[in-house]
Amino acid sequence: MRLAAEQKSHPVRTEQIILFRASNQIFAISSASVQEVRSVDSLAGAAVEVNEGSLAKVRHAIQRGDRNLYVVNAPLHFGLRPTPAALIFLLRKSRVALLVDGIEKMTTMSRLQALPGAFCHEERAWYRGVTVLDQNVIPVVNPSGFLTSEELALLDAVTSHKNLARASDATQPELTA
Amino acid sequence: MTWTDQLDTCSCVLLRLGERRFALAADQVAELAAPSRVFRFAHRTPEIDGVILRRGRVVPVCDIAEQLTGRKLAQRRFYLIATRHQQDGRDWVALPVSGECELIQADLTPAGPSDSPHVSAWLSHQGEVIEVLNLYAVTPGSPDPGDARLAPPALPEVHV
Repeated sequence: MRLAAEQKSHPVRTEQIILFRASNQIFAISSASVQEVRSVDSLAGAAVEVNEGSLAKVRHAIQRGDRNLYVVNAPLHFGLRPTPAALIFLLRKSRVALLVDGIEKMTTMSRLQALPGAFCHEERAWYRGVTVLDQNVIPVVNPSGFLTSEELALLDAVTSHKNLARASDATQPELTA
Repeated sequence: MTWTDQLDTCSCVLLRLGERRFALAADQVAELAAPSRVFRFAHRTPEIDGVILRRGRVVPVCDIAEQLTGRKLAQRRFYLIATRHQQDGRDWVALPVSGECELIQADLTPAGPSDSPHVSAWLSHQGEVIEVLNLYAVTPGSPDPGDARLAPPALPEVHV
């Protein structure tokens, strides 16, 4: 009787990612961390303005259930020039919604490289690492790196006195940066 | 051993940044690479110009000329790929250089307390006194460069 040959090769672990644009730069985010992709227009009525000078990247909040989601402007978060946003990513298991210019494409990455140690500032929180796609280096964002717990607490305090309007009854705020 | 003692003969790579020459311990040098496309993405480490792809690895480009000579390199002829020992392994950094590099053997004199942090030792070559660079002091994201200076340049066993 012939025994089946032992499987020696390990399948390559891949991860579905969304390539998105923010201020004309390409970033990647794990598809699994994005719960919904909405157009800016579809959420315009549901958002209320947030005015916290120390957090310019957050100008709107959306009420979801009994808590607020905070809309982070991706270009401002990454220190880039603000550009007109078209889409919002509602992140899974997160209180962050991400304002982006648009989706480039959905694809698969097979290797995530750690951010080299020479990068030693805020970008270490921004990115999970980098990946190489079609001979291009793409930073893979860290979904939990957009707002710290301290920043969330600050935003909660700022918005606690506001009665967040729902989509049906709010005036239309401007969602572009 | 005091700082005035001579170290053993050491292999060093001479590199040129504009008009000046510096040296790096040879065991901190992986290769000399031709200029290639620099990829840039958002970050907040001002010393990093971007990254290059080298043998499938993403290598940050750090132009150290400005801090060592006062001006950025007008022309990058090569990248000297240097390696740093980090807590979690080896880390690569691409240093733009403006000329060809040379591997030499030289006697090193350790840096003294009054020397700049970027100097780990001195060597004399063809009548020129050359600074041997403390890679950990001239590149970002390194362990405390003050600790690195205490180690011989050929064996920079520095850990966070």
